[in-house]
Amino acid sequence: MIGLFLHEIDVGLSVDLGSYHFTRENILVFAKKYDPQPFHLSEEGGRAGPFGALSASGWHTAAGWMKCYVATNEAVRVTLEAAGKVLPEGGPSPGFTNLKWLKPVLPGDTVSYRGIVTAKRELASRPAWGLVTSFNEGFNQRGELVFSFEGKVLTARRV
Amino acid sequence: MGQVIDLGRYCVTAEEIREFASEFDPQRFHLDEAVGEASLLGGLSASGWHVSAMLMRMLADSWLNKSASMGSNGVSEMKWLKPVLAGETLSGHITIHSKRVSSKRPEMGIFQCGFELFNNAGEKKTEMIAIVFLRVRAA
Repeated sequence: MIGLFLHEIDVGLSVDLGSYHFTRENILVFAKKYDPQPFHLSEEGGRAGPFGALSASGWHTAAGWMKCYVATNEAVRVTLEAAGKVLPEGGPSPGFTNLKWLKPVLPGDTVSYRGIVTAKRELASRPAWGLVTSFNEGFNQRGELVFSFEGKVLTARRV
Repeated sequence: MGQVIDLGRYCVTAEEIREFASEFDPQRFHLDEAVGEASLLGGLSASGWHVSAMLMRMLADSWLNKSASMGSNGVSEMKWLKPVLAGETLSGHITIHSKRVSSKRPEMGIFQCGFELFNNAGEKKTEMIAIVFLRVRAA
């Protein structure tokens, strides 16, 4: 995680992950492929739907978080590598809990994401790896919380 | 309760894995076969968020777009149990664990559902527990 081994990560570490801009076009492209419910596909469908307007698939909001997370990781890794730090291999995620879609995300919205480390532990089953748990949030340009979840990521231990 | 709905099929291609990963999860093990094989994932595998999106598509096609969906407020648990690899075909089902009418919005039913996805060999790949809102038929 962000170029750090498990022992270098402290509970409470907070990371600003940057933002993702939702347009009518990218909302429709994502929804046609993965979430073709009427309220994600057109203004008319949106007006007749539960949110009263065309809105992004909740999975698009989640994918926007991942895009920001990976970009932040990459930027940090490049900086640390240039400074001569030995970087850990990046690990996959076994899943997440308590994902909440709190408000619809609309065309023109920019969602800014951030994460804070809430726990870490070594894995008995995989001696080279630990598990880092984080609480993540997304806020729109009006400062409203629109999205949150508790993420997990495998993080390499010092070799 | 305990009603089961078939989720149909989803063919996972290397091309689609790379396309989704390039846009939303460009970690090298989701883009490059050799890097994927050398990683814990053991092959070119779909981003977990991509698997979630595939499950959403299966859910929309098999159930929500045949009902009157009112969206969802969240997922209590997602388990990416095993990597979903290029060339696999996913199938699965939804189990309705509970349903009730919203006290605040009497036109809305709240369904708590379990979802499971398997590959061709019957290995369980993903489990999810999530809320689905459906419009209640007028009496």
